[in-house]
Amino acid sequence: MPGAIYAEGLVKTFGDVRALDGVDLDVPEGTVLGLLGPNGAGKTTTVRCLTTLLRPDSGSAVVAGIDVLKQPDAVRRSIGLSGQFAAVDEYLTGRENLQMVGRLYQMKAKAAVTRADELLEQFDLADAADRPTKTYSGGMRRRLDLAAALVVSPPVMFMDEPTTGLDPRNRQLLWEVIKQLVSGGTTLLLTTQYLEEADHLAHDIAVVDHGHVIATGTSDQLKARTGGERVEVVVHQREDIQPASEVLRGFGKGDTTVEEHMRKLTVPVTGGAKLLAEVIRELDTRGIEIDDIGLRRPTLDDVFLSLTGHVAAAKDEENDKETAK
Amino acid sequence: MSAVSDSLVITRRNLIRMGRIPEMIIFGLVQPIMFVVLFTYVFGGSIQVGSSSSTQAYREFLMAGIFAQTVTFATAGAGAGIADDMHKGLIDRFRSLPMARGAVLTGRTIADSVQTALTLVVLAVVALIVGWRTHENLGKVLAGFGLLLLLGYAFSWIGALIGLSVRTPEAATSGGLIWLFPLTFISNAFVDANQMPSFLRHIAEWNPFSATVQACRELFGNLPPGFRTPDAWPMQHPVWASLIWSVVIILVFRTLAVRKYRRAGG
Repeated sequence: MPGAIYAEGLVKTFGDVRALDGVDLDVPEGTVLGLLGPNGAGKTTTVRCLTTLLRPDSGSAVVAGIDVLKQPDAVRRSIGLSGQFAAVDEYLTGRENLQMVGRLYQMKAKAAVTRADELLEQFDLADAADRPTKTYSGGMRRRLDLAAALVVSPPVMFMDEPTTGLDPRNRQLLWEVIKQLVSGGTTLLLTTQYLEEADHLAHDIAVVDHGHVIATGTSDQLKARTGGERVEVVVHQREDIQPASEVLRGFGKGDTTVEEHMRKLTVPVTGGAKLLAEVIRELDTRGIEIDDIGLRRPTLDDVFLSLTGHVAAAKDEENDKETAK
Repeated sequence: MSAVSDSLVITRRNLIRMGRIPEMIIFGLVQPIMFVVLFTYVFGGSIQVGSSSSTQAYREFLMAGIFAQTVTFATAGAGAGIADDMHKGLIDRFRSLPMARGAVLTGRTIADSVQTALTLVVLAVVALIVGWRTHENLGKVLAGFGLLLLLGYAFSWIGALIGLSVRTPEAATSGGLIWLFPLTFISNAFVDANQMPSFLRHIAEWNPFSATVQACRELFGNLPPGFRTPDAWPMQHPVWASLIWSVVIILVFRTLAVRKYRRAGG
């Protein structure tokens, strides 16, 4: 049985640009899929196709058991969308915004009022409820935008880069909200450029690049694909690099890489903490003074780099939302 | 899905906004009031209409033209508003909701009509102050204002289409205004079109805008003494012509705008 979000062979071109080049996704009910990729990879276009905003040139998609292309209206009743830009009316108050969205989800006026109050409370916006959102901070607006997507407690949620541009504290706050939401059984598709975010929130991760899904799996599975753990040593003096490298050679399962200017040596290992202790003892015996030592597992950044050949966070400010237009 | 209730929710939203940005209404009034004053006191003395060169005759002749020009400026307001909604991602939010497809645009154009009505009330008061008078019964005068509102509503649909077609609210404002100047000047709004060179005169007589102006002049009793009504059909039957033009504009531009809205961003 296909999951709560299922896509097969989604293709979308804009002029000469093939924004989506056959995207396949399968998100089981009640799980979080992190769609990870650099700017322009096709993350936003994928979300726009799945949320009925954009019609793919080919391929098929099913959301909450409903065919997206055949019954877009029914899909709209079952989804919540929180976009890259906090899409709230800046001249309306927080309360008015939520009530409006509730009414447009076809709730009765009274129910929309009650629901708006609940959400304002839940998202810690009750004090600011009657101020135009123009006066809100970026984090508050983002929370309101998310609240608006949750008005009908939809079974399936889409969040397009929910924390882009937020400071660490607000990002943390939003992560808590998202975790709460998911623990309630909501299926969530989340796009992000932040590997840390995908690592933190998502059960499964799909890495997209150039309109393809190039890898899927749990964070651990993806990390395993990039290779196992390694020991990193930073020696105190430059002269110690040579002897330290000899020590590591004895323990390592491969070549030692040396970053001379940082006095850092890295070697792939197996054996975990026990082996690390042995390395430390041996270095100590030889009188090599160390500034730092550790057992490192690959980060998602490493995964991304090894899969795509480039780093995740692109330097330019252009995001793929622009390409989508 | 309820097209009516969705449209009303959006209308309400736009009216709340309007109340919180009163400068929009105020700026919307400055230009027409300036025109009333300029044309009445600066140009008025030297423009002849009909057989009369009296200032009072021109003053009464002029007002229907300025009222009509003012209502067409709703185009820019609707265009800028919708372009702004696109820009800020609100259109995306609305399009992801299970609401009637035309409601966002209908709500906007209805709210614009409310603003147009307010503007007309203020402008009519200013016109009365500078000496404008009507010479027909109240029913006819109100019918004239009804035609003006309908014309404004029709033009806000043109604005809606422009707003959905451009990238920024600024572009929508200028895109909603530039073509209005030739449209409203190559018409009978400010001068007697009989005095134009023949090819311009034909354009002026068939200009949708002229039909409403002529209709209002008849309904207000503001045709100057000795005015020769042109033979062109819209000028002979201006009330019908005005109604037909407005309805046609609404049907055509509403269809195009709603279709564009469905595909917005795609």
